[in-house]
Amino acid sequence: MCVLFQYNNVNVGYFNMSLTIDGNYSPLIFHKVLDIQKIRQDFPILNEVINGKPLVYFDNAATTQKPLPVLNALTRYYEHYNANIHRGIHYLAEKATSAFEASRHKIQTFMNAQHVEEIIFTYGTTDGINLVSQSYGRTFLKAGDEIIISTMEHHSNIVPWQMLCEEKGCVLRVIPINDEGELLMDEYEKMLSEKTKFVSVVHVSNALGTINPVAEIIEKAHAVGAKVLIDGAQASSHIDIDVQALDCDFYVFSLHKLYGPTGMGALYGKKEILNAMPPYRGGGEMIKEVTFAKTTYSDLPYKFEAGTPNIADVVAAYTAVEYVETLGKKRIASYEHELLVYGTDALKTIEGLRLVGTAKEKVSVISFVMDGIHPQDVGVILDQQGIAVRTGHHCTQPLMQRLGIPGTSRASFAVYNTKEEIDKLVVGLERVKKMLS
Amino acid sequence: MTINEKQDELIEDFELFDDQLDKTQYIIDLGKKLAPIPEEYKTDENLIRGCQSKVWLHSEMRGDVVHFEADSEPTAQISKGLVSLLIKILSDEKPEAVANADLYFIDKIGMSSIITSRRAGGLASMIARMKEFAQRATEKVS
Repeated sequence: MCVLFQYNNVNVGYFNMSLTIDGNYSPLIFHKVLDIQKIRQDFPILNEVINGKPLVYFDNAATTQKPLPVLNALTRYYEHYNANIHRGIHYLAEKATSAFEASRHKIQTFMNAQHVEEIIFTYGTTDGINLVSQSYGRTFLKAGDEIIISTMEHHSNIVPWQMLCEEKGCVLRVIPINDEGELLMDEYEKMLSEKTKFVSVVHVSNALGTINPVAEIIEKAHAVGAKVLIDGAQASSHIDIDVQALDCDFYVFSLHKLYGPTGMGALYGKKEILNAMPPYRGGGEMIKEVTFAKTTYSDLPYKFEAGTPNIADVVAAYTAVEYVETLGKKRIASYEHELLVYGTDALKTIEGLRLVGTAKEKVSVISFVMDGIHPQDVGVILDQQGIAVRTGHHCTQPLMQRLGIPGTSRASFAVYNTKEEIDKLVVGLERVKKMLS
Repeated sequence: MTINEKQDELIEDFELFDDQLDKTQYIIDLGKKLAPIPEEYKTDENLIRGCQSKVWLHSEMRGDVVHFEADSEPTAQISKGLVSLLIKILSDEKPEAVANADLYFIDKIGMSSIITSRRAGGLASMIARMKEFAQRATEKVS
């Protein structure tokens, strides 16, 4: 027996009424009846026609599309309660402020942070990493201290640390990887010493899809007294984030990769560490009192949120998180894993195609190269068939250097993608081969 | 033939194809006919930065016209085809004609996204380099 299940006006799908033994719905049972066609109706952009062909959107690791509830939340904000927040005495300011702060609570729950003031709104993952490297790094790191990152970092988690190293004389060390695209944990352990003061690694690789053993990385870093930042840009839509269980010191992610608006992200930091850090930007909102002689700063989280924040997008982030929670991240992950397995098997049938990144633990990202064919040509010819993938170095040039390739083509799947779309990708790639042979 | 006459002829050629994929196939086939450039032209100085694929451009004055030769890395076949089109349109023309050329054919043959995209894959920087060379040549003459 199946029952249509709607929650918060989101078409979740149909419940399979067969219960598991403890009375809960097994995610594995559920996702099989998760109604992807109904979910697709929440994403109007999926009806676009590109070059005369229906859009197949496989560039989700770059940014996901936005569901109607999120689009409606943005419009509702601007139509009904747009106002500057926190200091206004009028009705609209009050309403905007409470919606803004509701998002902070939502994200606190989403990451399982202990305190709401541990959630700092940023402009995205990159902004969050820069905040930590500039505020924490410049204050607490000194010449000779070692910072560890990994070979598979996005440029966003390399460059801010290089800038800090240049300024402070710190030493950047890099965890190597194997050919499958997995971190060499033995090498990481060997790197750790009392000189290690900071470890900043990616939870999930954007170029390869590898899921890194971050809990172990954090535990080992803490054992030598180092602080740890986890770059969760690619993880947030696929993996449950529990910052208390992980015990990370900082965790950053962007909402636009989580079905939310662009230009908005969150930084989680442990309260006592954030309290010890100086403000990073000066301006309105972050002050307690300003005189020309001296300024005192606001408490957390406001001391890190100078200027009028991105209010509308923060407000809509509430709905994005709610959307994901309603579908259920475990159910999303389970369905995406099915797409990953299906896609991997399908792409393996294409002669001359080689997968790049074959880690045992992966999210739904498939990077590949094709014999004698430039990734750019793959991207152009797929685009002309309505299929959006990403090609190039994926902002991970050192990783590409390690793998000995200039770049890859990358298909990354989200909850609204289907096996039929993967079939179209296979047909599209056969066409690429035919045209370029 | 003027630059615009060459462009118009090219646009007419491409009008034979309804499908964008067929146009791309035609570009790929044109690329295959592009004469390879001498290895000594593949210098760092001639390398066009900002393209997702490697492209080398050699520019020189031959009498009163600018002469261009270019090539891309072998696997980048669409780039090679587009490079061959740009050479066909702009090479062996007077510097002022190159410097002031309005390359409307790019849009008409449906290739604006790959040629003008500012970042990955843009051949825009190759066009800019060709025009820059031509511009400098006009300044030397005057």
